[in-house]
Amino acid sequence: MFKHYFEQVNNVAIWPIISLTIFFVFFLGLVIYVTRIRKDYIKHMEDLPLRDGIDEQNSFTNKIKNS
Amino acid sequence: MEIQQFKYDNKIVKYFIIATVIFGLVGMLVGLLIATQLFLPELNLGLQYTTFGRIRPLHTNAVIFAFVGNAMFAGVYYSMQRLLKTRMFSDMLSWIHFWGWQLIIVAAAITLPLGITTSKEYAELEWPIDIAITLIWVVFGINMIGTILKRRERHMYVAIWFYIATFVTVAVLHVVNSFEMPVTLFKSYSWYAGVQDALVQWWYGHNAVAFFLTTPFLGLMYYFLPKAANRPVYSYKLSIIHFWSLIFIYIWAGPHHLLYTSLPNWAQSLGVVFSVMLIAPSWGGMLNGLLTLRGAWDRVREDPVLKFMVVAVTAYGMSTLEGPLLSIKNVNAIAHFTDWIIAHVHIGGLGWNGFLIFGILYWLIPRMWGTKLWSTKLANVHFWLGTLGIIVYALPMYAAGVTQSLMWKDFNAEGFLEYPNFLETVTQIIPMYMMRAIGGLLYLVGAIMMTYNLVKTAKQGSFMANEDAEAPALEKKNIIGGYWHNRLERKPVFFTVLVLVAILIGGIVEMVPTFLIKSNVPTIASVEPYTPLELHGRDLYIREGCVSCHSQMVRPFRSETVRYNGEYSKAGEFVYDHPFLWGSKRTGPDLHRIGGKYNHAWHYQHMLDPTITSPGSIMPPYPWLYTQTINLDKTAGKINALRKVGVPYERGYETTANEDLMQQAREIASGLSADGFDTPPEAEIVAMIAYLQRLGTDIKVSPTAQR
Repeated sequence: MFKHYFEQVNNVAIWPIISLTIFFVFFLGLVIYVTRIRKDYIKHMEDLPLRDGIDEQNSFTNKIKNS
Repeated sequence: MEIQQFKYDNKIVKYFIIATVIFGLVGMLVGLLIATQLFLPELNLGLQYTTFGRIRPLHTNAVIFAFVGNAMFAGVYYSMQRLLKTRMFSDMLSWIHFWGWQLIIVAAAITLPLGITTSKEYAELEWPIDIAITLIWVVFGINMIGTILKRRERHMYVAIWFYIATFVTVAVLHVVNSFEMPVTLFKSYSWYAGVQDALVQWWYGHNAVAFFLTTPFLGLMYYFLPKAANRPVYSYKLSIIHFWSLIFIYIWAGPHHLLYTSLPNWAQSLGVVFSVMLIAPSWGGMLNGLLTLRGAWDRVREDPVLKFMVVAVTAYGMSTLEGPLLSIKNVNAIAHFTDWIIAHVHIGGLGWNGFLIFGILYWLIPRMWGTKLWSTKLANVHFWLGTLGIIVYALPMYAAGVTQSLMWKDFNAEGFLEYPNFLETVTQIIPMYMMRAIGGLLYLVGAIMMTYNLVKTAKQGSFMANEDAEAPALEKKNIIGGYWHNRLERKPVFFTVLVLVAILIGGIVEMVPTFLIKSNVPTIASVEPYTPLELHGRDLYIREGCVSCHSQMVRPFRSETVRYNGEYSKAGEFVYDHPFLWGSKRTGPDLHRIGGKYNHAWHYQHMLDPTITSPGSIMPPYPWLYTQTINLDKTAGKINALRKVGVPYERGYETTANEDLMQQAREIASGLSADGFDTPPEAEIVAMIAYLQRLGTDIKVSPTAQR
C-alpha cells in the first residue's frame, strides 16, 4: 500500500509553517490589491445582481479598454 | 454593439425547487422520527429498516444532499443564468443533472434502510452510488463551466466564484474519500484504515459542511440578499478577501473532529489553529451580508423574505463563532461526543441553510410565476414557528450536552466516578430529548405551511418556462489591463485551477505526512487482523449503524480510562480497521474496551431486549439478529478485498476461513447454550458477539509496542 512507500520525512513541523507562510503572503497580497482596486470596477461588480434585463453591462470593460 | 435575444431556463429551476420542498419535508420528517425514537425506541415500529442506526444516515443524507443540495442547484441555475446573461450551457445536461441527482437520492432512500452503508458519515452510500454521484457531479460541472464560457458578462460576480469553489472542492473531497475496495455490488471496504481513514473521512466530513452547506449558500446569499434588499452588497472588496481566505483556510480544519483521538498531535494542533482562524473570513461574510441591509432595516419588519435571510445570516455568524470555539481542545474535551454538537449543527442546518432556502423560495416563486405571495401573513407565521422551533430544538440540546458531559467527568470525594453507570447520564437528559423533538415538530409544521403557501402562490400565477432576456454580445477581443483579480475574473478556467490549488494545499499538507511517515502510526505487535467471524460481526455492526450512537475511541482522560476500564485508544490498534469506526456521538457508552467486559450471555440478552440488562435503556432491541444467519459464501470475498487493501491475511486463507469461522461460532454458541440460550452458530448474533468480545482486547494480550 502507498502508506509504506516512504518511511521517513524529516521535520514534519515545517509543512504547516510553510503553508501558513504561503497563506499569509497570499493574504497580504490580496489586501494590498483590494485597497488599490478601481472604484468604477467595484461599482460595476456590485450592481451585477441588481440588473437582470438590458443594461450598460461591459461598460467597465470598455472603459479599461479605452483607458 | 449587437444586442442578442435569448431565454432564461426557468423550468429547470422549478423542478429543482419542487424536489427541494418534497425532500425537505421528507428529510425533516425522518429527523423528527429519529428524534422521537430517542425517548420512544418503540417508534422504530419493530422493524430493522426503520431503526435509529439505519435511518439516522437517511435523515442526514436527505437534508444535506436532497433538501440543501436541490435548493443549491435551484439557486445556482437561477442566479448563474442572470449573472452571466445567458441560458445554461446545455438543457440536456441540466436535465441529466436533475434526474440523475433525484435517482441518486432514491437509491440512497432504498439502500440506507436496507443497511447498505459504508458507515462513513455523510458518505454512507455504497460504491455504485458513489460512482453515479461522481458522474452527475461532473455533468453539473461541465454545465456550469460551459455556461461561464458562453457568458455575455465579462466579469464573474462573487457568487459565481463560490459556485466554482463548490464544484471543484466537492469533486476532490468525494473522490478521495470514496476510495474503496468492492466486495460485492453493495459492499465495500474503505481503502484507508484506522487513523488514516479517520483523517480522510473528517477532512471530507468537515469540508462537506464547508463546501456543500456553506460556500454555495454564501454564493446564494451574495446574489439573493442584494436582490431581496434591492441594494448592492455592503462591500465587494470584503467579498474578495472573504472568498479567498475562506476557501484557503476551511480545508485545513477537519482534524478538529478528531481532537484527543489517536490522530497524531501535530495534525490536531494544525486543525485547531486553522479552525480558530476561520472566525475571520466567516464573520467577514456574515457582516457583509448583514450590512447589505444598512438603510433597509425598516423593510425587515414587513418583508418575510428579509426576515428569513437576516436570521439565516445571523445563524451563520453564531455557528461560525461556535465552531472555532468548539475546536479549542479544552472546550472540545467537554463538548465532543455530546448533544452540544447536535445543537451546533442544527443552528447551521435549520438556521443558516433552512432559513436561507425559505427566504429564497418566498422571493423566487412569486417572481417565477409572475404574481405576489399568496399570504404574507402565513409566511410570517412560518417565520416565527421556525425561529421558535430552532430555539426549542437547540437550547435543550446545549443543556443536555453540558449536563451529560459533566456527569461523565464527575468524580466523588473518594476518587470514584459519581455516575459509573453510563445509563444514568442518559436518563437524566431524556426530557431534553422530548423538548428537542417538539422544536423539530414546530420547524416541520412551519415548512408544511410554506409548502401550502407556495403552492397557492403558484396556482394564482402563471409560470413562464422560458423568460425573455437580452444583452449585448461579449466581444471576443482580448482585453488588456485591470488589476490581476479583474483579469482573473475574465479567465474562468484559470480561476478554477487557482481555486483547486488553494484547496489542495491544505489537504496535501495534512494528509501526506500522515500517510507517508511510519512514526505517525506506531505499530503494535500484538494487534492482529479480525477473524472471519469477527469480520462478519463487524460488518453487521456497520449495517446496523451502531457507530451512530457508540464511539470506539477512549480519549486519554482519567474519566474515560476509568469508565471504560482500560487503556486509552492507541493509533496502532486500528491498523486493520477498514473503515475506522471511532464514531462522533455517544448516545450510548464507548465500546472500544467492551471486549471481555461482559460474558456472551449478557450480550445475547442485551441485544434481544436492552432493558433486561439495562433497565431504562433507550437502545432499540435487535431481534432480527437472532433469526437471520450470516452468509458464509461472502467470507472469501471479504478476506480477498481486505488483503488487497493491506490486511495481512495469508494467501489461500480465504479457502479455509469458513472452518475457523464455524469453530469460533460453535464455541460461542456452546457458551451461550451453557447459560441456557440455545442459538444456531450461524445466527448473526453470534458473529456480533464475537466482534464485540474482540474489541480492544489485542493490547491486553501483550502490551509491547514497537516504533
